[in-house]
Amino acid sequence: MLKEENVDTIFGYPGGSVIDIYDELYRSDIRHVLVRHEQGAVHAADGYARASGKVGVALVTSGPGATNTVTGIATAHSDSIPIVVFTGQVPTTLIGNDAFQESDITGITRPCTKHNFLVRNVEELAATIKEAFHIARSGRPGPVLVDLPKNVMASMAEYDPSSIVIKTVEPLHKASSKKYLQAMDFLKESKCPVVLIGGGVLLGKAPEELRTFIEKTRIPVTSTLMGLGGFPGTHPLWLGMLGMHGTYYANMAISHCDLLIAMGVRFSDRVTGKIETFAANAKIIHIDVDPSSINKNVVVDLPIVSDIKVALQHIARLLEEQQFKLNEAERQKWLDQIDAWKKEVPLTYCQNGDIIKPQFVIEKLFELTRGKAIITTEVGQNQMWAAQFYRYENPYTFISSGGLGTMGYGFPAAIGVQCAFPDALVVDIAGDGSIQMNIQEMATAVQYNLPVKIVLLNNGYLGMVRQWQELFYDKRYSHTEMMYAPDFVKVAEAYGFVGLRATKPEEVEPILKQGLATPKPVLMEFRVAREECVYPMVRPGGSLSEMTLGTREMIN
Amino acid sequence: MEKADKKEYILSLLVNNKPDVLARIAGTLGGKGYNIDSLCVDVTMNPEISKIILTTRASKIMIGRVVNALSKLVDVVRVDNLSEVESIKREMILIRMNLLKETKPELMKTIDTLNCKILTFNTDHCVLQFTGSREDIDKVLATLKPLGIDDIARTGAAAMERKY
Repeated sequence: MLKEENVDTIFGYPGGSVIDIYDELYRSDIRHVLVRHEQGAVHAADGYARASGKVGVALVTSGPGATNTVTGIATAHSDSIPIVVFTGQVPTTLIGNDAFQESDITGITRPCTKHNFLVRNVEELAATIKEAFHIARSGRPGPVLVDLPKNVMASMAEYDPSSIVIKTVEPLHKASSKKYLQAMDFLKESKCPVVLIGGGVLLGKAPEELRTFIEKTRIPVTSTLMGLGGFPGTHPLWLGMLGMHGTYYANMAISHCDLLIAMGVRFSDRVTGKIETFAANAKIIHIDVDPSSINKNVVVDLPIVSDIKVALQHIARLLEEQQFKLNEAERQKWLDQIDAWKKEVPLTYCQNGDIIKPQFVIEKLFELTRGKAIITTEVGQNQMWAAQFYRYENPYTFISSGGLGTMGYGFPAAIGVQCAFPDALVVDIAGDGSIQMNIQEMATAVQYNLPVKIVLLNNGYLGMVRQWQELFYDKRYSHTEMMYAPDFVKVAEAYGFVGLRATKPEEVEPILKQGLATPKPVLMEFRVAREECVYPMVRPGGSLSEMTLGTREMIN
Repeated sequence: MEKADKKEYILSLLVNNKPDVLARIAGTLGGKGYNIDSLCVDVTMNPEISKIILTTRASKIMIGRVVNALSKLVDVVRVDNLSEVESIKREMILIRMNLLKETKPELMKTIDTLNCKILTFNTDHCVLQFTGSREDIDKVLATLKPLGIDDIARTGAAAMERKY
């Protein structure tokens, strides 16, 4: 049954209520990866799904096993990631009795799943599983939870695939051709357009169509955190990320453009800053598969509810039919303006003295991997530097908890990615706070010979919160200093990782080279400048055009 | 600003007749900070589908978001905003009156003029039924109040598009 859904890997953790399923797995050739904490199982399934485009699967027991998945499910929900989580449940006869290891997990996860099911009898089982996978991957994807009572799992039923008809058919929203014609008019009128891409471009498997569109129209492209990788990071029309920690030129381009074509985004507050001034001079076209995203945070001029791939194909046809010619002189003027912004305030930092700057580590990592590694991140400063200083050449190579901002996501996600692509170079960019939230998964990586690499930027602080305290709370560093931390290299070695450490800038490159070349799980710890801040920064609730750029020395 | 242009909207939902569905709908509204002011649920001619009529106060732009969010639920088949079309709304109320010697003659007269239906009648209490618009029901209650109401039970509004 699971194999029919193309499931080859399950991330799980056994327990009393799922012992019957585990007994079946004992005889099955489906690969099961035993994690060390249920949260890790869901993050791994999520990482697996983001990298491979398939549905990720996790299997855990009832009660605490199920409740431990909640953070992972909410993470996948925020970023619209297709996963199916199977949870054990006490026998149907005991449900509601406060039985041992009972929790109302369908009740608990109702607001953070796309949908969930409690399977009440074995006859429903096959159809429910089919439907769960269908819901997880169709339309705007998302996590689905299937709760499986022990007695249902212990019974047998005949399975006849032909008897199952999927009832929930999501309407494929086809926007009217009138809307597309209007979009073409906007495009022709516009002197300084910008394309904004989000995670929807990746989920909709449309990076190729996007590239074709951009090459025809020569519109500069910026991206949300979730859209990174959707457009090549070294392309001349690439502006980098926008928003709170976006590049100066991306935010300036948004603030000055006269047409914003947004694809697969939901206009999060971290992206828009102050809504009233966001793209204030622009007409906005918003293409998204989910009608509930339209006009949710930003009121747009032209909504197109559609699968992004379909929409871009339609637009490509129109460009062809109408023999679209762009006004080269006008476009060049706009691109020159953007270039001027790029020169005025490039994305930069200052590496001098004998303290390692975290940005320097990421930049070196980019150079050494030529943008070809699959990067996962934790959350906080490490995540922002990974977004700013690594340039993602290919789609599905930047994997990060964007919406929920889950610390402890990156490392188990890297394990999931490595399971999907055993030969790929998978690197988790971590901070010393986040890595300790799921550090137990080191055992998982070692057990399954998953050669994931951890680049640990250790500044001894919960750096992003410390940065806010520095900037907005008069440097009152309330409980953000990690007064005690373990020796990470020794921890790594104790788990069977290779542990490496760099404390000086000149050690960065050799350590990275050595670590990346080691065909085993490796943790590379970099002792970095303790009070480095992420810049540029838009104050929470501020306008995108009013960025704090950092001190002058940093920019020069 | 948001508060000022809030008005009452009445939504009609067709949903799968399954456990948990009402909780999902209530959660979707509650999670966005909306109160369900009135609710009326029962099965349709098709036993697998239920109809839910609910009213909530929202601004025009927010009600659109609520409709979108509800439409997204897997078990919701269809959502109609009945405030956008010409629709008929009716509620029903059951009223149990205390029967007292001094008010009884007055009460009997009132029941007649109000067009209430008497469902049960004994020495101490009577139960009345009235159907009408929300405003009609409020009027009936106001009239009966001085005559000794023991308890009431109101259904939420049932509503449907008029169609010509």
